[in-house]
Amino acid sequence: MTTKIYVPADSGALALGADKVAKAIAQELAARGIDAQIVRNGSRGLYWLEPMVEVETPTGRIGYGPVMARDVGALFDAGFLNGGAHRLSLGRVEEIPFLARQTRLTFARCGITDPLSLDDYRAHGGLVGLEKAASMAPADIVATVTESGLRGRGGAGFPTGIKWNTVLGTQSDQKYIVCNADEGDSATFSDRMIMEGDPFVLIEGMTIAGIATGATKGFVYLRSEYPHAIATMNRAVEIARRAGILGTSVMGSAHAFDMEIRAGAGAYVCGEETSLLNSLEGKRGVVRAKPPLPAIEGLFGKPTVINNVISLASVPVILDKGAAYYKDFGMGRSRGTIPIQIAGNVKHGGLFEAAFGMTLGELVDEIGGGTFSGRPVKAVQVGGPLGAYFPRDLFDTPFDYEAFAAKDGLIGHAGITVFDDSADMLKQARFAMEFCAVESCGKCTPCRIGSVRGMETLDRLAQGIEPEAQIELVTDLCKTMKFGSLCALGGFIPYPVMSALTHFPDDFRPRAALEAAE
Amino acid sequence: MVQAQGTEVSARTAEIVERLAGLEGPLLPILHEVQADFGYLPQESLTVIAHALNLSRAEVHGVASFYHDFRKAPAGRHVLKLCRAEACQSMGSDAVAERIKRLLGIDFHQTTLDGAVTLEPVYCLGLCACAPSAMLDGEVIGRLDAAKADEIVAEVRA
Repeated sequence: MTTKIYVPADSGALALGADKVAKAIAQELAARGIDAQIVRNGSRGLYWLEPMVEVETPTGRIGYGPVMARDVGALFDAGFLNGGAHRLSLGRVEEIPFLARQTRLTFARCGITDPLSLDDYRAHGGLVGLEKAASMAPADIVATVTESGLRGRGGAGFPTGIKWNTVLGTQSDQKYIVCNADEGDSATFSDRMIMEGDPFVLIEGMTIAGIATGATKGFVYLRSEYPHAIATMNRAVEIARRAGILGTSVMGSAHAFDMEIRAGAGAYVCGEETSLLNSLEGKRGVVRAKPPLPAIEGLFGKPTVINNVISLASVPVILDKGAAYYKDFGMGRSRGTIPIQIAGNVKHGGLFEAAFGMTLGELVDEIGGGTFSGRPVKAVQVGGPLGAYFPRDLFDTPFDYEAFAAKDGLIGHAGITVFDDSADMLKQARFAMEFCAVESCGKCTPCRIGSVRGMETLDRLAQGIEPEAQIELVTDLCKTMKFGSLCALGGFIPYPVMSALTHFPDDFRPRAALEAAE
Repeated sequence: MVQAQGTEVSARTAEIVERLAGLEGPLLPILHEVQADFGYLPQESLTVIAHALNLSRAEVHGVASFYHDFRKAPAGRHVLKLCRAEACQSMGSDAVAERIKRLLGIDFHQTTLDGAVTLEPVYCLGLCACAPSAMLDGEVIGRLDAAKADEIVAEVRA
């Protein structure tokens, strides 16, 4: 049997030199006259080990990483094709603690299979959910998703089944499934990873959503900052069409469903569902007032399911294994698993899919291994640019929608950015306002003007001009933005600003006074 | 790059519009294609698009100017995007950005006088676990540090 060598083509691995490694391996194979196959898989999500090369051996897949092109010759000399010992050897990949501690349901295949091989996809449990769905009544599919407890993984946490039920119950000549793949939050990359590493699972999830709600057309709105994901998704859709998974008869059933990949154009606010719909329609990505809900009047005024990538990619396993299986994981009203992304100044950064309920401290200190710089952790931002900064005092907070809300924070799309003690929280608060000013769609005043005024106020605070007055002003401004903004951009920017101010008041004291105190 | 003349711009734009006008919500795909062809969105193109899609020129301008991706003028020979978002900040992206700006003698949204490179901020490339990150002409770069920054500057200047 030909040996298989896996070299990820995931963007994160490419950013660290995976293409050069793959090329070096191909050259060595040719020079040594060895017959082996290089498979460009997705990433396992262990980014501190990327590029992580894996070799299939009789005792399982053995990993090596991080591999640089210059290491390749030595790896061959060490007999890595048979799992030979080398300083970069990681042993059996499944036994690496970071992976062994995970519960991979949504990411079950990511990093294991060839992303564009339908044979691989089927061999690893793909399409079972869709096959079941194709023979079920739409209402039963919706009931299964509702019963599973799946909530929107984009950040809002709205029950997916309830949303689907509204679309199912709305009569129309045309309905749509829209996948929100505008993953703009810093520290998040799970959508990118699944689209690059297991694109068929998203196609399968969207197709199931189509059958469940009577929608025949799907769009993936994919941000332009992800060119590799766009390329992989386009190729996967083409393959799925040729295989009869998409088209007028989905897998030979009476259901029709097809889909298109659409590139965004660099606007963060288009991750908000109504501005995304406007963008898809070819308009400025301006937020729409709700109601009407997109489920009733969505894309082109038609009933539309709009779900995040991870929500849709979690549907196949729910249909395959059943609602109870999925619901069994998690805590409280947060059921199932969530792909947590640990990023920033962290030793072991990557994707960690686990049942809800682990504490923030476990994730940052144990799983993440503390900071990359080796300095103490000062703060972590959870939920992207609209998420709160948490101090160590709150590290006992369990990863759960309600638990985070109770601490004036949010899970969002489940990204965690770790900062060491060199972070300046006033600077971070100011950046939040600046980001909001750059990305505001401009429709509502609190967001458009409030963000600019917030930036100016924090600048005056940094200069030590009437600090008490500035803090009072920015607190008041945050209240206005929180309650007066139309969408989560202006409405949630107060989370990072106020959490920084509340938990790290020393960073907001006048600099002159601080220096005098030292 | 030699810039296309007015009539040629119109003809090439019309060809793109004809190919994509059948899509549902065709405007963004058309703008992306026009920019891929010319490197920016020529004014003549907007007129052709507006006419073909039965929109006002103001509407097309409004859409084109809303999105960060679309350019009113050609970029430099290389486009370097540096991530400014939080995960990259936590790994020192601000210092790297300052270094690159100083080496190139330009700020964000500017092009060097020799036309070699345009520098742009980007808010997240999804490479947050190998920060700081950048994108050079579509190629992703992780763990950007001073040494890699110097290499990039040398490469785009070459």
